[in-house]
Amino acid sequence: MQRNKIPFADLYIKEKKHRKEDMLSIKNLQAKVEDKQILKGIDLQVNAGEIHAIMGPNGSGKSSLASVLAGRESYEVTGGQVTFDGKDLLELSPEDRAREGLFLAFQYPIEIPGVSNINFLRTALNEIRAYRNEPPLEAKEFLRLTREKQKLVEFDAKLANRSLNEGFSGGEKKRNEIFQLAMLEPKLAILDETDSGLDIDALRVVSNGVNKLRSNKNAFIVITHYQRLLDYIVPDFVHVLYDGRIVKSGTKELALELEERGYDWIKEPVTSESV
Amino acid sequence: MTTTTSLYDQFTALYNERKGLNGNDWLQNLRREAFEAFKAKGFPTTKHEEWRFTNVAPFLKEDYSLAPAAASLHEHKNAGTIPGLDAYEIVLKNGLLNEDINIPGIKITPFRSAVKEPAIRQYLGKHIEVQKNGFAALNTALFENGIVIEAAQNAATDKPIHITHVYNAQEPFFVQPRILIIANRSSRIEIIESIFIKGGQPLFVNTVTECYVAENARVDQYHLQTTPDNAHLVNFTQVEQKADSLYNNFIYTLPGATLVRNNLHLNLDGSNTESHLYGLYLTGGSQLVDNHTLVNHMKPHCLSNELYKGVLMDQSRAVFNGKIFVQQDAQKTNAFQQNNNMLLSDKAVVDSKPQLEIFADDVKCSHGSTVGSFNNEALFYLKARGIGETAARNLLVNAFAFDVTNKIQIPAVREYVEKLIAHKMAETYD
Ligand SMILES: Nc1ncnc2c1ncn2[C@@H]1O[C@H](COP(=O)(O)OP(=O)(O)OP(=O)(O)O)[C@@H](O)[C@H]1O
Ligand SMILES: [Mg+2]
Repeated sequence: MQRNKIPFADLYIKEKKHRKEDMLSIKNLQAKVEDKQILKGIDLQVNAGEIHAIMGPNGSGKSSLASVLAGRESYEVTGGQVTFDGKDLLELSPEDRAREGLFLAFQYPIEIPGVSNINFLRTALNEIRAYRNEPPLEAKEFLRLTREKQKLVEFDAKLANRSLNEGFSGGEKKRNEIFQLAMLEPKLAILDETDSGLDIDALRVVSNGVNKLRSNKNAFIVITHYQRLLDYIVPDFVHVLYDGRIVKSGTKELALELEERGYDWIKEPVTSESV
Repeated sequence: MTTTTSLYDQFTALYNERKGLNGNDWLQNLRREAFEAFKAKGFPTTKHEEWRFTNVAPFLKEDYSLAPAAASLHEHKNAGTIPGLDAYEIVLKNGLLNEDINIPGIKITPFRSAVKEPAIRQYLGKHIEVQKNGFAALNTALFENGIVIEAAQNAATDKPIHITHVYNAQEPFFVQPRILIIANRSSRIEIIESIFIKGGQPLFVNTVTECYVAENARVDQYHLQTTPDNAHLVNFTQVEQKADSLYNNFIYTLPGATLVRNNLHLNLDGSNTESHLYGLYLTGGSQLVDNHTLVNHMKPHCLSNELYKGVLMDQSRAVFNGKIFVQQDAQKTNAFQQNNNMLLSDKAVVDSKPQLEIFADDVKCSHGSTVGSFNNEALFYLKARGIGETAARNLLVNAFAFDVTNKIQIPAVREYVEKLIAHKMAETYD
């Protein structure tokens, strides 16, 4: 982060603002599902303006971490704390987490026949606004916003008018997640393998969309298997999740190294420790 | 009449009192046969195969009056209106039509005068099996009020006909309205029926509707069943379709009436007919909603398509019983039937029984029924976007009902039904 010179009088205020920068703070988070311990003590700090990439082998717990943060009820938190913008995240209902500005782009977005994409988005947007004591968006304003964001992520207007994800191709579903992200403008977005299933052009479009949405007020956690995505969305930090723990953290160069060497060299120290 | 007199005895007395008064022979005969059928078996009990899951006895214990005082319903001229609906409005107050209705190509006659016309003889009660249907028998024997709607050959209304049944239940009463619809050759009519009840006392409505769809004619019938919970509704609808005709029936039942029993029987007595039956029941409280349908394919090349969907809340119960008969003559029949249910409460119960009986060999038929509950994955997806419990459930219920509600071809009616559902869901989960 670049820091400008701060006039003396502003120091106190800046101090407070600085505290606001630590957006998400995860401490020793443990969670299980159906009596199986999946998360075994995760520590992660995400500040406003940052992009964190999480990589790791299949089944290591990446989606589980995303689910626990979003409040999926099948996961039981067995230890640790998570604060989001100063609030105890784990105390909040899934909808209130979203209203506070948390967004999860699902690895496998579900199809909901009969719920129109647009009606769904309008409902979501207005529920979030109501939570912030803002009036519902005027129909005209909603339409304008929809058009603008559709353009931003190049999401086909025809898809927007269909039932939620019904009959969408894998890539279209992923694109829809990013369209929703653009509409809802969350503080923290977790993208769970949004890149898998996207063709090369779509990958560029989606990444450009994310880059345009980036600001020093929001943050992203990008879960991916592929270094390729990180060429477009350049992370500040890369973490490797293995067997429910973050076993290695580094900068974007770590992703390149993983691409070359795979995960074995990282797994080893953990296994030898546990022996 | 004293409170100890059973309803059965009351009806017997009423029949005996009236039997000399029916002017013409054919009507007297029709009523006598019907009454004898009713008298022999009385009201149906759960021993009756068709009434196994629906016990009407508790709803017949009330001290009903059979001839309510002609209460003034003047102040309720606009009762039961559907916002934004452009229709010919007909209001039946306690079953009575009090005004002249002028609709080009359509004749509307109150039964009191219609029964004097010989033409009605070939329609009235012609196809109803009174031996098997006690309530329909009772109505046939004793109905007084209601209307005949006749569309002239080639007539087509520019807008639907909306019949509002307004009842003022100042005392508990039992009414038996009758509707006869005659759509002559190549005519086309749309009829919406809704019900509005005031007065606060228990009301039992035993309705019989007969609908004749002549060659190449088309009839669309909509029923909106929204009532207070001390209303009990029993409907019997008999439809006769002739060659090349189209008949659509839509029935939407909302929480309210503690007992709703709908019988819908179709005889496809002509080749190349098409019939669509759509039903939605959203049940709540301790409501019981029972839909029995029977589609009788008698001639070749006919298509029938039936979709009933149920959303059950609280400790409510629903029954779906759908029969399809394909007679030996009815080759090249296409008959489809589906019943899907969504249980939103552990205490709600549904009994779904699709039945197919096929006597022809070259037919395409399918039927099925499902019972499920909320899709938790879908619920989580919606919540993860900031949508709260109430709104999320509302969206999902609407989505479930979508393929029935989206069949409504009159936008104002469709909006009205969707609003009723949303309103109910908000009430339940707020
Ligand atoms: N409902 C469940 N019941 C039992 N085990 C589960 C359940 N959900 C997830 N798991 C297990 O938790 C582990 C972590 O799964 P998770 O989906 O978080 O992995 P992931 O890191 O996202 O993998 P991938 O890269 O394949 O997406 C896996 O072993 C998985 O089988
Ligand atoms: Mg995953």
